[in-house]
Amino acid sequence: MLDAVPPFRPRAGAHDDERVIKLAVLAVGGQGGGVLADWITDVAERNGYVAQSTSVAGVAQRTGATIYYVEMARDTGQLPVFALSPSQGDVDILIAAELMEAGRAIIRGFVTPERTTLIASSHRIAAVSEKIEPGDGRASSLKVHATAEAASKRFIAFDMEKIAADNGSMISASLLGALAGSDALPFTRESYEQAIGAGGRGVKASLAAFGAAFDRARGTAAPAPKKAEPAIVGSALGAGHVIGPQSLLQGWQALTARIDVMPEAVRDMALRGLRKVVDYQDIAYGREYLDRLDKAIALDGPDRGYDLSVAAAKHLANAMCYDDMIRVADLKTRSTRDRRVRREVGVKDGSILQVTEYFHPRIEEFCGTLPANLGSYIESRPKLAAFLDRRINHGRRIRTDSFAGFAALWFIGGLRRWRRRLLRHQVETNHLERWYALALGYVPVDYALAVEILNCRRLIKGYSDTHVRAQSKFDRVLSALDLVKGRPDAADWIRRLREAALKDEKGDMLDGALKTVASL
Amino acid sequence: MAERSFAKEVEKLRLGSGEEFAGEGILAITKALLQCGVGYVGGYQGAPISHLMDVLADAQDILGELGVHFEASASEATATAMLAASVHYPIRGAATFKSTVGTNVASDALANLASGGVTGGALIIVGEDYGEGSSIMQERSHAFAMKSQVWLLDPRPNLPSIVKAVEDGFELSEISNTPVMLQVRIRCCHVHGHFIAKDNKRPPMTVADALDAPRRDTGRIVLPPASFLHEKEKVQKRWPAAVDFIRKNKINEMFGSDHGSVGIVMQGGMYNSVIRALQRLGLADTYGDTDVPLYVLNAVYPLIDDEFLSFCEGKQSVLVVEEGQPNYIEQAFAAMLHKAGRGTRLVGKEHLPMAGEYTGQVMLDGIGAFLRAEAPHLLPGEVRAPNKVGDGVDTADLINVVPGRPPGFCIGCPERPIFAATKLVEQELGKHHIASDIGCHLFSIMPPFELGATTMGYGLGPASASAFNSPDAKRRSISFVGDGGFWHNGLTSSIGNAVFNKNDGVIVIVDNFYSAATGGQDILSSRAGNKTKSTKHPITEAVKGMGVKWLRHIDRTYDVTKMQDTLREALTTDEKGPKVIVASSECMLNRQRREKPLVDKAIKGGERVVKPKFGIDEDICTGDHACMRLSGCPSLSVKSLDDPLRDDPVAHIDQSCVGCGNCGEVADAAVLCPSFYRADVVHNPGRWDRFLEAARRAIISLLQRRRESRRLTFADA
Repeated sequence: MLDAVPPFRPRAGAHDDERVIKLAVLAVGGQGGGVLADWITDVAERNGYVAQSTSVAGVAQRTGATIYYVEMARDTGQLPVFALSPSQGDVDILIAAELMEAGRAIIRGFVTPERTTLIASSHRIAAVSEKIEPGDGRASSLKVHATAEAASKRFIAFDMEKIAADNGSMISASLLGALAGSDALPFTRESYEQAIGAGGRGVKASLAAFGAAFDRARGTAAPAPKKAEPAIVGSALGAGHVIGPQSLLQGWQALTARIDVMPEAVRDMALRGLRKVVDYQDIAYGREYLDRLDKAIALDGPDRGYDLSVAAAKHLANAMCYDDMIRVADLKTRSTRDRRVRREVGVKDGSILQVTEYFHPRIEEFCGTLPANLGSYIESRPKLAAFLDRRINHGRRIRTDSFAGFAALWFIGGLRRWRRRLLRHQVETNHLERWYALALGYVPVDYALAVEILNCRRLIKGYSDTHVRAQSKFDRVLSALDLVKGRPDAADWIRRLREAALKDEKGDMLDGALKTVASL
Repeated sequence: MAERSFAKEVEKLRLGSGEEFAGEGILAITKALLQCGVGYVGGYQGAPISHLMDVLADAQDILGELGVHFEASASEATATAMLAASVHYPIRGAATFKSTVGTNVASDALANLASGGVTGGALIIVGEDYGEGSSIMQERSHAFAMKSQVWLLDPRPNLPSIVKAVEDGFELSEISNTPVMLQVRIRCCHVHGHFIAKDNKRPPMTVADALDAPRRDTGRIVLPPASFLHEKEKVQKRWPAAVDFIRKNKINEMFGSDHGSVGIVMQGGMYNSVIRALQRLGLADTYGDTDVPLYVLNAVYPLIDDEFLSFCEGKQSVLVVEEGQPNYIEQAFAAMLHKAGRGTRLVGKEHLPMAGEYTGQVMLDGIGAFLRAEAPHLLPGEVRAPNKVGDGVDTADLINVVPGRPPGFCIGCPERPIFAATKLVEQELGKHHIASDIGCHLFSIMPPFELGATTMGYGLGPASASAFNSPDAKRRSISFVGDGGFWHNGLTSSIGNAVFNKNDGVIVIVDNFYSAATGGQDILSSRAGNKTKSTKHPITEAVKGMGVKWLRHIDRTYDVTKMQDTLREALTTDEKGPKVIVASSECMLNRQRREKPLVDKAIKGGERVVKPKFGIDEDICTGDHACMRLSGCPSLSVKSLDDPLRDDPVAHIDQSCVGCGNCGEVADAAVLCPSFYRADVVHNPGRWDRFLEAARRAIISLLQRRRESRRLTFADA
């Protein structure tokens, strides 16, 4: 034993002799947590510390949650006894490479208010369970933020993934920058940069990401500007946001003039809705939309906050812009779409973009795009429909960068002009009218219930089988109306049913909830 | 080629005497083998010892220089059987595998090896895959040591200790003519540390020398009457020799005060966690100095009676820290104390949990409870009577918020479309009994696929469906096996068995060109060339050779429609006997690792390269997420739109997409929605490309302008 080592003083509080610093990294497999742990070990050793890192190697941990663990102590010449995994209540620095991993660290007890510096990237990587819900299954980030503030000694959180991406690097570099910038470890910025430099690969980008995160953690960089909710009322009425031939612009102004006299609470949603339907079809369709909306406004009043009218403005627009082949073809052949794809894919000058679209039309879509009489004629003859389906129903890959592919879609998009005469339009309009009349019919007796019926439109989405399933959920939810109407909590029940319907694919939760309703 | 290259680390294996080695535990073991003059090494990859195999595979040059034979064994049984080279010849040999799964497979060879005994040192390095991060059933290797009477070392988890254990292990094996198992736990395998190296040693006798001068000794062969003598020899000669060696060489260590009323006995692997608990209780310093007497079993089998009894001398009570169950060590110690008529109280699983990993908290609680009960005077006041319990932050709500994140298929995994197709076929034909196997494809049991009812062992997927073969059944069973499991033993146990017993089920062989789950090692059917191995042996040929008549090969698993059609046909055909589908596409992780640098180089070098990526038209996506229920790909996720008209998040594909094609194929096969598109970027286009592009764009722009001049266009539409 070296003389420099302080003598052992049992029961005097072992943490005082040569303090061990404990650092854990919680990451998602594939995020480069191993690289980060190696860098941290290297930095510690460069600063005259003994360090030990451990992990459960990524081999079997594809894309799952993983932990890397580093312990370090000033090198006194004698080897400390380090633990191989983090313990509850015994971690000084916790680095979470994703927000929910920070939450997991707190749940596992690795974050304590007296001592843990929690450094977390605030971005989200949705888990499979969050992605597969038909509605919005994502976990609440706010809850994690709030708990993290309370659970840690210091909480440093910002989007380190974005910093890494902006600098062409990986999140391990920006996490290291945040660690260095936090001053939670007694090491200089230079020693971190040396460790990155020693790695040898992508050093320049890593250093840039490191530096940007370092500044953010120090608080010397301006926080990223918060994206403001774009309010389009007023400003959007200026002609600069809408372009087109003069005659159509005049028609548009006549429509927006109608919105200007609507109650203030409704205007924003109404304008968004109007833009959507005019973009979908034409000025006359916008007029139809406003006519329908006016019916709700007429029944509404400021005492209710215009909830009914806002819901109507939103869901009427969605219902009127049903997803048919014409719309898909129209959207896919616009010049704005071409520009967006180029931007998203990152096509550089001198490169060529080829775009393949995946279509799988069935007899239903085909008939929907036929004049109403002809479409219903075929649909009412199953043998004929099956015969045609065999010819139509298979996958088609269409190259919209090629002339033939583009022209085909451009042609279908051009059917827009005749849309009102087509079978699908008739079916959708009938459905819309029934639903809208049903909702408005409840306004005098149960205002809240009427709003909830309008909101049920959210359930209708998707194409082909998915659309059929969505329709069925919509029908099942509204089938409960007879059971709940007249109850003071009728609106609540419909809301609950709708939420249940968005939980799983087939609507098993919904069926369960319906049974509960039936037993009321 | 394995997914991680150790070309750089391998140079550390050349370090000479006195130089400092810095690196992972598993690499240190490899170096120790060479320092011990090992003559041959074999093994089967699997966490946590995959890297040992990968390091050796990358170290062929060094091994060649030393005359060491290295083999990537076909299975753990093969690896252990290989140790037969040490039966008659004084050559040191080592085998390594994941335990207990590997030890299960190896146990036939292990029992035979242990019966006849060895002349040269035979070391079996088992990576104990127990506790957090483990992917297998939770059992102990200890039982195997006991049943076959091979010795089990469990060194303290630091590099100098495990290197010493390798050295001790060989000597112990030779002195007692018994194979020795060296157990290392997951985190110990991946611990980063240092030790002072020694020179590598050329084996005194190489396998080549042995081949030139063959030896035999009937007395070492497991056949009566020798086998009866072996059993006696085990207890009369080998056991006492081992006990002597362990005692004389102080393999087990004593720390702390040599007097005191209590003491703690532990497996070597538990030492660091015990010290951490003592540190937190205020009873040890950073370096592990403590007043509490500790008895550290670096050899956990056999146990040394007198060593233990002398440790217990003068002690009122002793705590046994033994991870896992049954508590063999505790039982053995209790018997020793009882037979010796000692009054020392032995406690173990009273304070520590019977089952499960001994984490930091478990250890702190257990040792704390022991000391509070047996020796409260040792504890500082604040530990004896803590003021508060818990940390005060309520995390109950958070538990309902934070989603689980089990491992799953990688970005672009070629196995994803196989299970998407299976899910679609089940939607058509109804649920089937599905038997799974070991390998990445086992992730099918998780959402979003949730396919598969059992997993019975490596290569045993189809075997585990063999009971489901009834002429009365209207549905067939479906079973999966990976290419790794297929070559490990699936060819005979699963395919051969199905042919022989006229099984009518459907067998899908998932062929991704590697033993992918263990780190992408090459196997017989790998399609890459390998300098030291013979690859490119098609699975289809092997299956045909076993007598399978109904065989389909899909050479691009991403073709979901074809996969779906083939499965449907297999499930409905009138043909009797096993229906085998070989679904082949290269592991995307390995493919990207191989191709990405080449593609980047080609683009930089001005070559014409087409790079695919998928995207989604967010105004066409309706936010139902049906595509994700058939994918689960990390690059396909949800995104909120900045649009109050839309309630649900839409699908979004991020930059990590490798353009595998699954999204488009699934959208087509399942008739989902037309929002997916594939964007192929042609880098460095040729003259013809550019001409065509200019012509097309001219016409397309014309059409676009024509239509857009007759309608309203909203700025952000």
